[in-house]
Amino acid sequence: MVPSRFIITVIGIDKVGIVAGVTRVMADFNVNIVDISQTIMENLFTMIMLAEVKKDNFDLVAFQKSMSETGRELGVEVKVQHEDTFRFMHRI
Amino acid sequence: MPVLIHPEEILETIQMVSNENLDIRTVTMGISLRDCSNPDMDVLNENIYNKITTYARELVKTTNQVQNLYGIPIINKRISVTPIAVVAESCKASDLSPVAETLDRAAEDVGVDFIGGFSALVQKGMTAGDLKLIKSIPEALSSTKKVCSSINVATTKAGINMDAVSLMGNIITETAQMTADQGGIGCAKLVVFANAPDDNPFMAGAFHGIGEPECTINVGVSGPGVVNSAVRSLEDPTLGDISECIKKTSFKITRMGEVIGRQVAKRLGANFGVLDLSLAPTPAIGDSVAAILEAMGLESCGTHGTTAALALLNDAVKKGGAMASSSVGGLSGAFIPVSEDAGMIRAVRRGSLSLDKLEAMTSVCSVGLDMIAVPGDTPTSTISAIIADEMAIGMVNKKTTAVRIIPAPGKTVGDSVEFGGLLGTAPVMPVNGYSSEKFIARGGRIPAPIQALTN
Repeated sequence: MVPSRFIITVIGIDKVGIVAGVTRVMADFNVNIVDISQTIMENLFTMIMLAEVKKDNFDLVAFQKSMSETGRELGVEVKVQHEDTFRFMHRI
Repeated sequence: MPVLIHPEEILETIQMVSNENLDIRTVTMGISLRDCSNPDMDVLNENIYNKITTYARELVKTTNQVQNLYGIPIINKRISVTPIAVVAESCKASDLSPVAETLDRAAEDVGVDFIGGFSALVQKGMTAGDLKLIKSIPEALSSTKKVCSSINVATTKAGINMDAVSLMGNIITETAQMTADQGGIGCAKLVVFANAPDDNPFMAGAFHGIGEPECTINVGVSGPGVVNSAVRSLEDPTLGDISECIKKTSFKITRMGEVIGRQVAKRLGANFGVLDLSLAPTPAIGDSVAAILEAMGLESCGTHGTTAALALLNDAVKKGGAMASSSVGGLSGAFIPVSEDAGMIRAVRRGSLSLDKLEAMTSVCSVGLDMIAVPGDTPTSTISAIIADEMAIGMVNKKTTAVRIIPAPGKTVGDSVEFGGLLGTAPVMPVNGYSSEKFIARGGRIPAPIQALTN
């Protein structure tokens, strides 16, 4: 099967445990991190991950829900979007 | 494998959605009803209901799945159908409003927001079916919630059917009166067109044209807020810089719409029709076409220079869109609906934007006099004359123009009409007090202009 690739963005005020919290959910859903970058932009903690899923019956909605709930607990905004969202907008 | 997209680009997209109201305004499924015709009203209705609910059963579910996949909000799901005047031509009943009720019920049952196509194309003349449909409009729009109606009364090739223009003045007034308890909201679902596009996904003017395939997905993308903040972020730009910036921004938005439209069409097994990039404002702050014009340096939308600024905007949007997708169609440009745009409402209230200026603006943008409230006692001949002017602009300039006007029952200049939701709030605007009655009463047809002789 063709693996699905997602961009995960985590934006908010920096604090201890953000990476640990977010990646734990990813592990639970069997979502693999392909690449990760982290910066502070305009005083905001910004983490961007390229993630890959190889399962056919991957429950995207449940994963998104779980990720944003964890984000809420940590005080950050977490979004999970298909890679094509960005690829189509910024690359020809 | 590395992240191929730069983090700043990723954040730009996120910003567009979170703060600048970038959205897919609508995924509209066009369904042909040509095979539903029947002389018996009950059979006709059953055919129409079955066809729509079969084709569109998965539309909302699929659209929601695609929305989740890409993380871009899709605001409305809609259906457009073959003009009902064509489908019901052979039907023996004289009142066609039961068909509208069927459309409404089908739309409700599949969960879409609007259904368009209670329509007739009468630019050169009316058949018995066309006339039945037009006369059924007030009842149809007052007894349904989701049905939208459009009548094409002019084209560059055929000229303007002034009998239809005259009739529509009466129909609009009657529709307003029959929905008086809701500020005349029936008229917000009724458009009179010149050169109506066959594949427009936007309401109230969407219908599934005669030359369209069995089932197609058309996507309407919007993003005045994105363009507004892009223009505002430029430091002391020339107008050339502004045009370039709008072009690039609309390119990005269009690409986004295309990937979503194709994905929805693929999952539904439907044909992907067009992508319509139209800057359709919403009442949200900053999501305003007037705000873009003001960002270019105008103190208030409607002042001198507004038409020029809008011409620049509309052209740059089209150029960006045309580069981004080979499927650009529909209206693709800037919309200037007064009630749906906080900046337009403010401009009307402070006296900088008049009906006459709006009419001038429609000669350089993609639609026409849109969502304009006028006093409830405006003579029907004046409404017809407003339509005639707008049709003339469309006919001569070989472009789509439209009129969606609400003679607000019991209201006068200075009052406002609340429609709620995306339809917003319409300030009642003054009309010219001199009569157009004799001109409208003449009827007949304004011949096609010399521009029509292109063969």
